[in-house]
Amino acid sequence: MNHLYEWLAIVLITVAATTGDVLLSYSMKRVGDVAELRRRVGTLSVIVRVLSRPTFLLGIAAFAVAFYSLLFGLSKGDLSLVVPASASLTFVANAVVARIFLHERVGRRRWIAALLVAAGVALMAF
Amino acid sequence: MTFRKTLVLAGVTVFSAAGDSMLAVGMKHLASVSLHDPASLIFAVLNPWVACGVLLLLAFLASYMTALSFADLTYVLPATSLSYVLVALIGRFGFHESVSSARWLGIAFVTMGVGFVAGGPSVSHARETRPQDVRPQEVQP
Repeated sequence: MNHLYEWLAIVLITVAATTGDVLLSYSMKRVGDVAELRRRVGTLSVIVRVLSRPTFLLGIAAFAVAFYSLLFGLSKGDLSLVVPASASLTFVANAVVARIFLHERVGRRRWIAALLVAAGVALMAF
Repeated sequence: MTFRKTLVLAGVTVFSAAGDSMLAVGMKHLASVSLHDPASLIFAVLNPWVACGVLLLLAFLASYMTALSFADLTYVLPATSLSYVLVALIGRFGFHESVSSARWLGIAFVTMGVGFVAGGPSVSHARETRPQDVRPQEVQP
């Protein structure tokens, strides 16, 4: 039964983390380079701009789901399976989703990088 | 890639590995968390190790958001994946977990992946999600 819960946690983490990553990346691209913006409008204004984005708040909510799924997974299974397995799946899911929703050009170099990292992280489970 | 941006990416890497390790220590100290007792999951954050992990993960979130403000998601993720190598090393030398040859091979793969993406451009997408430079109050007459 613990094995089932372990994989349930892994799937939950992957879906929630990918959703959070995409929403956060989208928000921060809309806000713009934080360091540059800080020089122009000040730290407080940057914080207000980030916090007032609904997509940012949704992204944080998704990360909260991922975080609690991680706590749940860690209490049921091994750090050395739950973290690499969910991370590995998240890398591949993100490459696909970033292409579709963020219109990032995922070229050959990035696909190879994402797959190498995903394979490497998966190997760490053994 | 300026020195500042490299530093931000390094911050993402280190804070994430340190945070995850603290969480793992904390959760090992707690009794098994059960689905039938959701409150135990919520109160887990009161454990000092877990609380420390949460603080580190907040630092991770801040540096991660900064990184995402200047680079693509498909760049930032592989570029900061050395944190998994760090987690494996912390597991080996901190928690005395055994690191198999498959895991060392995995570490080599991750490192190659990082090298691959770091050699390419950090921003490469059609600028559909352009920063909004025009503030509403400037538009109003």
